[in-house]
Amino acid sequence: MSTTAIGLGGVAAALVLIVVALVLSFWQQLHLEGSILWAATRAAVQLLLVGSALAVVFAQPASMWLAWLWVAAMVVVASVVVRRRAPEVPGALSLALVALAIVAAVSMAVIFGLGIFPLEAQAIIPIAGMIIGNSMGATVVVSRRVVGELSDKRPEVEARLALGQSWSDASRPYVRQAMRTALLPQIESTKVVGLIALPGAMTGLILAGVEPRDAVLVQLAVMYLILGSVATSVTVIGLGLSRRLFTSDHRLVRLERVTG
Amino acid sequence: MVTGAPSPGSGLRFEDVVVRAQPPIARRGAPVGAPPVILDGVDLTIGRGRLTVIAGPSGSGKSTLLRLCNRLEIPTSGRVLLDDRDVATLDPLELRRRAAMVFQRPVVFAGTVLDNLRVAQPSIVAGDAATAIESVGLDPALVARRADDLSGGEAQRMCIARSLLTDPDILLMDEATSALDIDARLMIEQVTRSLGDRGLTVAWVTHDLEQAERLADRLVVMFAGRVVDDDAAAEAVACRSFAGLAAAIDGPRSPTGRTDPADGPS
Repeated sequence: MSTTAIGLGGVAAALVLIVVALVLSFWQQLHLEGSILWAATRAAVQLLLVGSALAVVFAQPASMWLAWLWVAAMVVVASVVVRRRAPEVPGALSLALVALAIVAAVSMAVIFGLGIFPLEAQAIIPIAGMIIGNSMGATVVVSRRVVGELSDKRPEVEARLALGQSWSDASRPYVRQAMRTALLPQIESTKVVGLIALPGAMTGLILAGVEPRDAVLVQLAVMYLILGSVATSVTVIGLGLSRRLFTSDHRLVRLERVTG
Repeated sequence: MVTGAPSPGSGLRFEDVVVRAQPPIARRGAPVGAPPVILDGVDLTIGRGRLTVIAGPSGSGKSTLLRLCNRLEIPTSGRVLLDDRDVATLDPLELRRRAAMVFQRPVVFAGTVLDNLRVAQPSIVAGDAATAIESVGLDPALVARRADDLSGGEAQRMCIARSLLTDPDILLMDEATSALDIDARLMIEQVTRSLGDRGLTVAWVTHDLEQAERLADRLVVMFAGRVVDDDAAAEAVACRSFAGLAAAIDGPRSPTGRTDPADGPS
């Protein structure tokens, strides 16, 4: 098995492509040179920092304690991102914390409980990263859709309430629609995986010299894991958020629409 | 469905009811100044077995008044009583089936007319559904029709039939004809009038003074979040305009920053 270490020289050579981007931006007067430089620099600094931190966690013997702390930090950071991207959702931060923590706990219990991957720091962190990263996107979509649907369909929801339906019955058709909207893209991308782009985990394994068949099996497990995690987070948010948008006496609270 | 005699009880009573606008719950930062007042101290009784019309211009608070009755909104202060019991102490789901509401725009749910009626009464069979829509002057064959395909007037009559399936003793009509053409409007008036004549208590909110006069057993006029006195109401009806009422309202009732009630939902 050949290892693929490109070294600093390799990265420096890849910078040629950044120079290409800069030249193109300058030539076409896109005025994005500053942004490109900033993005390239920031990516380098971030990844180098993450790399050194991972080196600490993975130092022999790998610290399980630090690995779990890392996972907790990912949940918190992802939840803060959810709040920023879904400003019109009341209590988005705490909802995302709960949802992402549940998703991470359930998915990792399955993955490590069934022994699909070995329970070690080198598996915990990247797998948690994929679970939380994908669930974060779905959490943003479903929470914004739930608020959007209930706000757009307020007359229907209130007519249902006025007929004596409980908040859960009155909101169900609209929350269900929001949950479908959030889940469908993940189902679609599971369907077409491999046809267009080779997914990240598999690409990484192949570059690192793993047999394609073995890489594919890992990728399949990862895709199933992600789909399950996204479905879980969409459900937790759908049910938890809709509960919050009604008072205890079954009134729909006033909601704010933020477009875009 | 509708009982022949007026139900016992004293009807709906509002006691010094104040409603202030609520800001959306996700909004960041403190609201600027006191929130606008939508209802500014309403005392009113809507008696049993009568058709009471509440008329007023947009923003006078009449819809809010109605929405307090089935607790789609709650008062900031004061009480709303149904048959001498504070509605805040009643089970909201039961209250809403006793005090049924029909909204300004016909609210049609996905599916057939029968599916719509099942939201109010999940166990209803097609035969009973046909009877229900016939009672509001609709062709019973419409039961199997997609509700989206109904005209505005038909849809609103279906909404009335749907509301009646909860076996209410009060019907709250919130500008229920203002989105409809004149024929549909008269048809809804006639249906509601006959319900009132059969003993159903009706509270009918409108901005149309001619309609108000046509329908009302009792007429209440609202302006700027308050119920105006009988003389002012009679004058408004006589000149078919709310314009004179601004002068009849004697300034803010409370010193704590009453702002333009026209900001509130109507």
